Amino acid sequence: MAFALRRPSIVPGFGLTLGLTICYLSLIVLIPLSATLWKASTLGAVPFWHLVTSARAIASYEVTFGCSLAAAATNIVFGLLTAWVLVRYSFPLKRLLDSLVDLPFALPTAVAGISLTSIYASNGWLGRPLLALGVHVDYTRLGIVVALTFVGLPFVVRTVQPVLEDLDAELEEAAASLGAGRLQTVARVVLPTIFPAALTGFALAFARAVGEYGSVIFIAGNMPMHTEITPLLIVTKLEEYDYGGATAIAVAMLVVSFAMLLAINVLQHWSNNRGGSDEREAAAHG
Amino acid sequence: MADVLTWNAPRAAEHRTVASRAITEPRTVQWCLTAIVIAFLAVFLFLPLAIVFSTALRTGVVAFAKAFTDADTLASIRLTLIAAGIAVPLNVLFGVAAAWAIGKFEFLGKSLLITLIDLPFSVSPVVAGLIFVLLFGAQGLLGPWLVAHGIRIIFAIPGIVLVTTFVTFPFVARELLPTMQAQGNDEEEAALTLGASGWKTFARVTLPNIKWALLYGVILCNARAMGEFGAVSVVSGHIRGLTDTMPLQIEFLYNDYQYVAAFAVASLLALLALVTLVVKSFVEWRTAHGN
Amino acid sequence: MYRGTKAWAFIAAAAVLFAFATPPATGAAGQATILNVSFDPTRELYNDYNTAFAKYWKAKSGQDVTVQQSNGGSGKQARAVIDGLQADVVTLALAYDIDAIAQLGKLLPDNWQKRLPDNSSPYTSTIVFLVRKGNPKRIRDWGDLVKPGVSVIMPNPMTSGGARWNFLAAWAYALKRPGGNDAKARDFVTRLYKNVPVLDSGARGSTTTFVERGLGDVLVGWESDALLATRTLGNQKFQIVVPSISILAEPPVAVVDKVVDAKGTRAVAQAYVQYLYSPQGQTIIVRHFFRPRMPSVAKRFAPMFPKVNVVTVDAVFGGWQNAQKTYFADGGVFDQIYQPSQ
Repeated sequence: MAFALRRPSIVPGFGLTLGLTICYLSLIVLIPLSATLWKASTLGAVPFWHLVTSARAIASYEVTFGCSLAAAATNIVFGLLTAWVLVRYSFPLKRLLDSLVDLPFALPTAVAGISLTSIYASNGWLGRPLLALGVHVDYTRLGIVVALTFVGLPFVVRTVQPVLEDLDAELEEAAASLGAGRLQTVARVVLPTIFPAALTGFALAFARAVGEYGSVIFIAGNMPMHTEITPLLIVTKLEEYDYGGATAIAVAMLVVSFAMLLAINVLQHWSNNRGGSDEREAAAHG
Repeated sequence: MADVLTWNAPRAAEHRTVASRAITEPRTVQWCLTAIVIAFLAVFLFLPLAIVFSTALRTGVVAFAKAFTDADTLASIRLTLIAAGIAVPLNVLFGVAAAWAIGKFEFLGKSLLITLIDLPFSVSPVVAGLIFVLLFGAQGLLGPWLVAHGIRIIFAIPGIVLVTTFVTFPFVARELLPTMQAQGNDEEEAALTLGASGWKTFARVTLPNIKWALLYGVILCNARAMGEFGAVSVVSGHIRGLTDTMPLQIEFLYNDYQYVAAFAVASLLALLALVTLVVKSFVEWRTAHGN
Repeated sequence: MYRGTKAWAFIAAAAVLFAFATPPATGAAGQATILNVSFDPTRELYNDYNTAFAKYWKAKSGQDVTVQQSNGGSGKQARAVIDGLQADVVTLALAYDIDAIAQLGKLLPDNWQKRLPDNSSPYTSTIVFLVRKGNPKRIRDWGDLVKPGVSVIMPNPMTSGGARWNFLAAWAYALKRPGGNDAKARDFVTRLYKNVPVLDSGARGSTTTFVERGLGDVLVGWESDALLATRTLGNQKFQIVVPSISILAEPPVAVVDKVVDAKGTRAVAQAYVQYLYSPQGQTIIVRHFFRPRMPSVAKRFAPMFPKVNVVTVDAVFGGWQNAQKTYFADGGVFDQIYQPSQ
């Protein structure tokens, strides 16, 4: 019954907008997704499992998840630092740098890919000095981590910044007046407050890195068992017209993606409830 | 999931007045941290931008301009504009409708709907492309029917438009939603009780309130639509001059060792990215300084 | 903003119409566009050939023709055409791939190969080794490729035609050795693929990996690509090693009937493939290091090509249908041996 399903309101347009939304959602997202799940189901459980757990697939999961984890970890450290510096300090060009943090959102992945590869090539701006130090970035897992760090850079910064901005100075002043050193105050008062937001940023950066394709394939070696990321394995299987293999691995990735989506939603809930402004709590979905 | 994509309207007069020395770090620590962060951002953000323009102009402006006289490159620019030109308005329409339905009403299943809208964000672009190949490819679910009717979706322009729409699906909706929710229904209800029709209320009351969020959503959606690589790569067929978008053309030129041309095309997209960032800053500034 | 929304809607509508108004392949007066879907190492060849053909066709018929070009692994390209890629002409690495288009895609008749001279192959090539200058790893023959510490670059047989020619050449070598049999050949090829760090999807991709990215000690692939590497990059960096035995590769060409009839481009497409057999066509072919069929051209440019001792697919493997089914089908020999077990 209508009144049990939604709260009545004099605002019109519910039927129209909800109908349009669900229609469009089905056409663009749900129906195509179902086709994928249907195809996966036609494979049969045992073949599906074999495809998902083949040696090459597992090696690709190691590369993808391992490098994504490393990149997200880098981003949580430097992201926290960046947010801190951007919120708490002032220095010339701060506004410019602050705007630039969003570059990985706006820059196409292919452009990022070729740029990073050029920078770290053996005769590149950073590649040459690094090579002199014995560090190979191009065509190695390190290169993959570098690319994924770029891609996930804004996430931690942008989730932590609002929380830092809203942090009450009184808390820190209180701690200081009680005799805590600066480091202690930061560690015991500030960090725990921004931790949920940082974790959310970490999860977002990780989720984005796992699915990334364009930025990575130029700089990675794409060698099976060593530097082949899972999305590339899917593309290779498609090129071989092994639709079954491609679908199986894609479904495995989808499962992980959905799990991450749920985790992130939970984290955001927690983060919003822990220490956010009223406005952000009102804006929190769910 | 995309909370981070919303610009956070800075609170007015938000400057943190640091009164006591007890709650700031020693100067040296401040400088150290600032230096580290600047170095990190320089390496990861500034260098890639710099190398795009530096390589594009490496052999002079003439070579740079010549890159855009190539027929295939021009075709790729045209295709990118078409794909974005269709995907963005469609997603705007959807985004406004979804934000209205979710933002102005309370109903069962709202959370589920939001999660479903978020889905394309969490899907790898390659998987997004695969999804459409499995549906519309000649060996896919609808394949036989499409072939029988001579309709080409995969390896043709409609497929590219479809995947572009898919991957940019949530952008506008997720930008508008927090704003619409934060603003509540009060103004709309007031207008309605004063006798305005639904459409008029929307046009005169809602739209002006969400115009900055909408602008930012459109710009972001457009940047992503024009830059999409993985998903389009899977469905395009890579027919030069026909189904290569700008990112695919960049890949082709790069793999063909035509570095200057590749980076020249890339510089266009990099410029677009910079415009996106500028618009974002502008929107934030306008919101902070009186809306 | 309201006006802006209207403007967007207008642009969208215009874009939709624009996108779906696909330009006709044959314009009213004299404009035609055809697509040549080719295998990987022929980029330069068909670049030149397409320009020459356009000039020839304009002079002959008054029609302006634009030839669009797609290159990639032969198997991959064939599957793309079967899946709906609108190729007017296919110029692939081996007959089986066009057979697949005929049988699975039903896009041309099963007897397509008889329609043009020389089994529809206007050029041939073979498989050789490309090594770095000085040949530091002392690679002389197939046997040296399986030694430990030798890194071999070859493409993926599941997508590339050249890769399949490589595979069969290696197998043939092992068969022809004293005491050789299928089991020994299988063992040899298994060890060979263990030395391959990365499988590119096309032959040119492998060449790029070896030449530009500097990976591997030896590239096994098309003679045409090897000659291209040594000629254009100079003999300072690479040298060709001819193995004791190799295989005769006959890449065929064909008009895709269903597509040209639907598009109305049959005349120009047929002229396109036939021009490959003309003196001008054969000269372009040989300039790009493929071996021409025309005796006069072949004789004139003979010094350019190394002497290679070749066997044929028919003689050793009973034809491509057999070879594909045995070695390269799903679950075939290659699938069985290429379980990366490192």
